[in-house]
Amino acid sequence: MIPFDFEYYKPASCKEAVSLFLELHDRGKQPLYYSGGTEIITMARLNQVYTEAVVDIKGIPECNVLEQQGEQLVFGGAITLAQIEESGMFPLLAKACHHIADHTSRCKITLGGNICGNIMYREAVLPALLTDSEVVIAGEDGLRQVSIHEVFDQQLQVKKGEFLVQLITEKRFADQPFFCEKKTKLDKIDYPLLTLAALKVDDQIRVALSGVCAFPFRQAAIERYLNHRESPAAERVDNALRQLPAPVLDDLLGSSGYRRFVLRNTLFDALEALEGAET
Amino acid sequence: MSEKASFRIHVNGEGRDVLVRSADTLLYTLRDQLGLTGAKPGCENGDCGACTVLVDGWPTKSCMMLAVEADGRSITTIEGLTDSPVQKAFLEHWGFQCGYCTSGFIMNGHALTEIHPDASDPLVENWLQSNICRCTGYQEIKEAIKSVLAKTES
Amino acid sequence: MEKRISFKGGGSVKAIGLSVMRKEAANKVTGAATYTGDLAVPGLLHAKLLTSPFAHARIISIDTAEAKKMPGVRAIVTGRDIPILTGSPLEDRPIMAIDKTRYHGEPIAVVVADSEHEAMRACSQIKVDYEPLPVVNSPSEAILPDAPLVHEHLARYKQVKTVSPLPGTNIANHTKIHKGDIKQGWAECDVVVEASFSFPQTDHAAMETRCVQAEILPDGCVTIHASSQGPFIVKKTISKTFQIDMGKITVHTPLVGGGFGGKAAIQLELIAYAASKAVGGRRVKLVNSREEDMITSPVHIGLDAKVKLGCTKDGILKAAEITCYFDGGAYTDEGADISKVAALDCTGPYRVDNVKCDTYSMYTNHPYATAFRGYGHVELNFPIERTMDMLAEKLNMDPLELRLKNVIKPGDTNPSQAVLTKNAIGDLEKCLLGLKELMNWDEGRRRETVSGKVRAKGISCLWKTSITPTNASSGAIVTFNKDGSVNLNCGVVEIGQATKTVLAQMLAEKLKMDVNRVHVTMDVNTDVNPEHWKTVASCSAIMVGNAVLQAADDAIRQLQSTASIALRCAPEEVEIAEERAFLRHDPQVFVKLKDIAYGYMYANGNAVGGQVIGRGSYIMKHLTNIDQAAGTGVPGPEWTVGAQAVEVEFDPRTCTYELVTAVSVIDAGKVLNPKTAAGQVMGGMCMGLGLASREGFLYDDNGTVKNQQFRSYKLMRFGENPAYVVKFIETPKLDSPYGARSVGEHGIIGMPGALANSLSTAAQVNLNQLPLTPESIWRLKTEGDS
Repeated sequence: MIPFDFEYYKPASCKEAVSLFLELHDRGKQPLYYSGGTEIITMARLNQVYTEAVVDIKGIPECNVLEQQGEQLVFGGAITLAQIEESGMFPLLAKACHHIADHTSRCKITLGGNICGNIMYREAVLPALLTDSEVVIAGEDGLRQVSIHEVFDQQLQVKKGEFLVQLITEKRFADQPFFCEKKTKLDKIDYPLLTLAALKVDDQIRVALSGVCAFPFRQAAIERYLNHRESPAAERVDNALRQLPAPVLDDLLGSSGYRRFVLRNTLFDALEALEGAET
Repeated sequence: MSEKASFRIHVNGEGRDVLVRSADTLLYTLRDQLGLTGAKPGCENGDCGACTVLVDGWPTKSCMMLAVEADGRSITTIEGLTDSPVQKAFLEHWGFQCGYCTSGFIMNGHALTEIHPDASDPLVENWLQSNICRCTGYQEIKEAIKSVLAKTES
Repeated sequence: MEKRISFKGGGSVKAIGLSVMRKEAANKVTGAATYTGDLAVPGLLHAKLLTSPFAHARIISIDTAEAKKMPGVRAIVTGRDIPILTGSPLEDRPIMAIDKTRYHGEPIAVVVADSEHEAMRACSQIKVDYEPLPVVNSPSEAILPDAPLVHEHLARYKQVKTVSPLPGTNIANHTKIHKGDIKQGWAECDVVVEASFSFPQTDHAAMETRCVQAEILPDGCVTIHASSQGPFIVKKTISKTFQIDMGKITVHTPLVGGGFGGKAAIQLELIAYAASKAVGGRRVKLVNSREEDMITSPVHIGLDAKVKLGCTKDGILKAAEITCYFDGGAYTDEGADISKVAALDCTGPYRVDNVKCDTYSMYTNHPYATAFRGYGHVELNFPIERTMDMLAEKLNMDPLELRLKNVIKPGDTNPSQAVLTKNAIGDLEKCLLGLKELMNWDEGRRRETVSGKVRAKGISCLWKTSITPTNASSGAIVTFNKDGSVNLNCGVVEIGQATKTVLAQMLAEKLKMDVNRVHVTMDVNTDVNPEHWKTVASCSAIMVGNAVLQAADDAIRQLQSTASIALRCAPEEVEIAEERAFLRHDPQVFVKLKDIAYGYMYANGNAVGGQVIGRGSYIMKHLTNIDQAAGTGVPGPEWTVGAQAVEVEFDPRTCTYELVTAVSVIDAGKVLNPKTAAGQVMGGMCMGLGLASREGFLYDDNGTVKNQQFRSYKLMRFGENPAYVVKFIETPKLDSPYGARSVGEHGIIGMPGALANSLSTAAQVNLNQLPLTPESIWRLKTEGDS
């Protein structure tokens, strides 16, 4: 039960959505873009978020795209995680999504919602970081397409009124060998102790992590050490572990020491999976 | 749309007119406005699955959906199932005790067996981990779902 | 008088021992089954609680002025408006906090409004000024001499039942056991082990949160609809608390969505009554959110324990010394009795002649504890069973062998020196031997797999009695429909355990009729159902079952009397079966029950006899009050025994594990309904494994609970469970319906011990703290450095 009232809008175009949002903002309605809505509902019922208007983006055609366009895979922001899994278009993204919440929830949680939400894990962004994907952002000046690396730093850095319309990934990445594992405290349905996504491109391993620090990241230095094949695996992993961009989380799911232990093991697993007998 | 909305909601094959707050969840609307109390509030936080209904055939936690989002969608609740294979299987395999989580489990299981009649064990597990049962040890529920899948296969 | 050649006298009609489908099954798979929260009436008002964000704080002031002006608000009630102390055995708990709040989540005020969201909105407008106080954050802290006091005026509280609080301390209850000569016992020991154990408070987590509706009619009659395991106790408590004639109170309990002990406590009912009173008696609904259900309403007790166990070099137990500090939370409630029964049965199902045990129910600034499945036994089982394994290791003896040498047997006494007759106790040795075979015990307890993992097995033995009031009673009424089918009216709550179906089976068996023609009133209404103490302690089927059999006998006598007129014979020549009354020596001479259950009518219209109303009642026998100082007494009618095992697959590299198999062998006396019995045991096992592996409240330094949602408080889910094997053996209990023993709670009891034993064997460390998360194993194995 959400105690407070809000207005609900379901615009049919990006332009309409943005202008509506900005207008509501100017009227002091503290509007929120609404996609899957699960995070807004869970926080609103506990008064952890407040709004007087939500703008549902599910009626915008561009946000509902899930298809291959030429050499690109296009994922609309309002596409659910379950749809991504079922589509089979991009196995790494499917695997990353597969680990989020539970299946029924994934029938509601959307790609845009996961990447732009308040919950810090944002696992769906990991494959995008690994594949140098591009994102389409709607804003006051229309649509713009930019590299994920330009707009994603800990979270999606967008201006007031902007929202994620699409994620665009080069199709060639869909066929590359990958590794994606989520580790939890114990339960299968839980937030991650960590999620490690790795992709092997041009014989180089790329790694992105969620749950290790307070935000998801891909760190060049980690990849540099991991790909230092001349060194023994343990040295590569231990050097990589020294390159984390922020303190390791220490919370109810696990202490920072335990997280490091799990991360170390998972990095070995990733090397093993992607390099096989080489390690 | 303002803080209150009036629209026709399509539930179990019929159109029903409702007047809701935009902030009302589908679960609340089904139960308190339409008298469809088969979907249960267990956590209202998307964690337990007791409120699962089908939206266009897909399992959805009705506590995690605003009623206004149901405009133009087709909703099926436990009251909309009659003698479905999963309901029968839950009876035959003793897939419940207190019965509170049962509607949610059946709706999820029904969607699974309809959408993936050839579901593998990991897929069954993946779908049904969305629901919590505190009474059984899950063994009977697993047997019930698997019996339906086995029948569909043959 | 009718004649039919095929009728043979009903000798083949059976209902006991069959897996009869639960009576309410069809309603439960169609969404038609109705629970308290599903009831709606026009004009229903909604109540919402404001709860304390602090674990311990003085309430300086509560300002409701703004909140009262909010739209839809009808009334606001605070603790000071109803300054009544309640609770059993000790009246130490205000209905809502008055001068100070003693736990995170404690009710502070209740808002009544036209709708739930309006009530919620108003709650957030109530301004409470708190002055935080130092918190008591564990039972071990609570016992320290300089610990802050949770209750400053312990001596002033009224005792309802025997309890031993110690004013000036945080001790809510202290039970002492002195059996034999402990000094002599230690002198006889060759091998001694000693260890400490602990687990945090956990939650019942029934899928239906607690819910109540209350209404006060102009004539003063009170109607309560409650999701409760004790509707008759609700009636009594409302009467006592608010000084209302008992006859003016009606409690309705429809189907209950799981309880596990948690719905035997009375809390929301009192608040809802006060809320209704504040709005002129209008019907008010108060339902817990999941977050409230987890911490505002009572929880499962936590424990810090020390166990010292000794035996001869041959493995014969000689002495046990046990000290338990239970985390009873902010108020006593059932925590006192749980700590008491834990002491009375402290050794587990082993013969130990010399026992010293002290159990303390401690006040802390945690949510308060109430009854929980296993009641004192699941708690003590874990430390005892771990210690047994540690002792076996020190002796270099097989742990199953050590248990076999010490199993409790008829003629032995429990720690409170109750003599365990053959009738009172089942055959544990047979359970253990059955377990040994089912687990392939002889193949070894620990082996490494080719993939570098470790398969390991652990076992435990269990027993359980109830600490039932010595005069607890039950009743049953049997009536007939005009088509000859039967109605059974009793006060058991249907909470998922299928007792009502099992009782129908008993009645069908007794009347030798089709169980489908026995109708049971599913909802409880205290106006019309004969009282059943409470639906707790796994004893409903036995207590009410005895009443049902007596009611059936009574009905049979009445039927025989009327039938004897119709059949022109002596009443004792009449037998009843298949809805007929017939001559014992000639079954073909009979009259249908439908023609005599409402009197028999002659051809000319004259009628004799009358409505048949069978009545039966049962009262506990031979129980004695417990002498808390001496630690003696007979707490319950019987001790069900069993043996359990768990096999895990442990990955030494990651310290993670999977549950492979869990086995229970339980002496059920007589299995009345195989499917429901196995279901109860498997459900208990699942709950016990959850408790042992992942459940537990996490408190911060201020005593606030950090995981009050299913998102952070994890329950076992589909597929995380092991394969279950459940086997029953049957040593009949002669004074029980068809020989049955209790089995409802027992599946949970040995699971924490068995899991901890299997994982300790696998990881080769002593795992003595729950829950057994991979991190906790990793921490022990690496002693924290990584």
